[in-house]
Amino acid sequence: MIEESTEVVFNKRVARNTFFMGFRSAPMADTSKPGRFVMMQVRSGIDPLLRRPFSICGVNGDVLLILYRVVGRGTAILSEKKPGDFMQVLGPLGRGFEPPGEAVQPILVAGGMGIAPLIFLSLKLARKDQYFLAGYGVSSEVVSLDQLGIVGLSPAIATEDGSEGHHGRVTKLLESVLSTMKEKSSAIFTCGPLPMLKAVAQIAIGQNIPCQVSLESNMACGVGACQGCAVKKAPESNKPYAHVCQDGPVFDAKTLDWEVI
Amino acid sequence: MNNPDLLVQPDLSVQLGPLGLKNPVLTASGTFGYGREFASLMDPNLLGGIVVKGISLKPMAGNPPPRIVETPCGMLNAIGLANVGLESFLSEKLPWLRKLDTRVIVNIYGHTLDEYGAVAAGLKGVSGIAALEVNISCPNVEQGGMAFGTDPAVAARVTERVLKETDKPVIVKLSPNVTDIRAIARAVEHAGAHALSLINTLTGMTIDIEKRTSKLANGSGGLSGPAIRPVALHMVHQVVKTVNIPVIGMGGILEARDALEFLIAGAQAVQVGTANFANPRVSLDILEGIENFLKDRGIQSVKDIIGSLKS
Repeated sequence: MIEESTEVVFNKRVARNTFFMGFRSAPMADTSKPGRFVMMQVRSGIDPLLRRPFSICGVNGDVLLILYRVVGRGTAILSEKKPGDFMQVLGPLGRGFEPPGEAVQPILVAGGMGIAPLIFLSLKLARKDQYFLAGYGVSSEVVSLDQLGIVGLSPAIATEDGSEGHHGRVTKLLESVLSTMKEKSSAIFTCGPLPMLKAVAQIAIGQNIPCQVSLESNMACGVGACQGCAVKKAPESNKPYAHVCQDGPVFDAKTLDWEVI
Repeated sequence: MNNPDLLVQPDLSVQLGPLGLKNPVLTASGTFGYGREFASLMDPNLLGGIVVKGISLKPMAGNPPPRIVETPCGMLNAIGLANVGLESFLSEKLPWLRKLDTRVIVNIYGHTLDEYGAVAAGLKGVSGIAALEVNISCPNVEQGGMAFGTDPAVAARVTERVLKETDKPVIVKLSPNVTDIRAIARAVEHAGAHALSLINTLTGMTIDIEKRTSKLANGSGGLSGPAIRPVALHMVHQVVKTVNIPVIGMGGILEARDALEFLIAGAQAVQVGTANFANPRVSLDILEGIENFLKDRGIQSVKDIIGSLKS
């Protein structure tokens, strides 16, 4: 974990309200791993007061990449950063994804901006047999990986309104993939909005498929001090809550209580 | 730069009744975990002290999420006093804290008078603990959930009970959610507290207008951060004028100039809280800033500015 001032290398719009940013930090780049995250101070001063967590989308040399959608004040300020601007960043933080064994076929399921850590994972796994499914609301939200300078990755797209790729939810796409691979052992890696994660976790648990979910949460510190990012653990756990920043953000879906999340 | 005074290191040590600190900067309970969380980012040995997360007799799970939400120049939290409990604190957290070259102050709380007493008793004779800080802002289950700290008589009883069970200096942390904080301060002083710390968070809420629900699962939470600083400073000033025991000031301190305001108002030391979340090194930046302020003005000791407010 490092805290330092980092230089913005680029920050460009890649889809509706969606930005792709690179910032330079050799020590953070060295210890980055798919699923881990950084806490970024979008502006110095007192408002906004807290840092914002972002999943690491990839590493290019000594540049860390993040992909984000403008959803509030913090991300709006971030979207105005220019190359050469400096920002305080703390990271990399948390536990990332555990890669699957050779015999296990990876299925990556992304919803919206949940694609960010899965792009990193997909590049790291570099498996020819991996499935990569990405769901969006509408086509204008679809992030083209070519535009990110990433070649050789082409997720299967689903949009809820059918304006691009498969018509419907990404979970429908997941179910059709699973129906084709009855005998094969597979593992699901997922990140996205909570209702989608719930649906994916239920499918995985129902079919007894290992599933790692990356969760998002409000958090103040990112290092386990504030206890703000609590998430309910499965009833049989020895502790009632886990903390997204330290115990996660990537969890084994079976260890969480999906009834109350 | 010919003034030889500028070369003298100012004396930063302060004395809070029986409790001596090498400098007046502490980290506030609940914002610095058990000290270790930030240790790879800053050197906790340089601090005047660490006030650890509030400890209760039994482990507490805390409130359901969402537990925190950002507000203008601040944040609301409803963590629900989640903590590892007395036993795990002693076996898992204290051994590491004990090795530090700083004062470790243990924040304690209970849901009943007996629980306060039991936590204090459990820490009696334990080495490596410089003082107890008593959180009286939590709900009293025996009296309909009203906070202990809102009634002078009840606040005094908690103080007496803890004093009876402990061999350590007792700091009582006051709630600002009262009509007149001076009445509570006086009662706690008369009960025998060695020092006071204030302010705890101010109760607040914020609403999601789409869902029409509170943004915190708990409904309300405690407001902290620079938004509360003027209120905190005023209360510290009021209390300093009212009691004869030392006061530790806190509430929205983000930089050295903020800390200096509290010291000038009469606080003998300060606690840095929410700012730790925004910048893990902030407490040391504040300490350095206080030192530079004194050096630049040729002030020999931090004691020379404490309570130096001109009326």
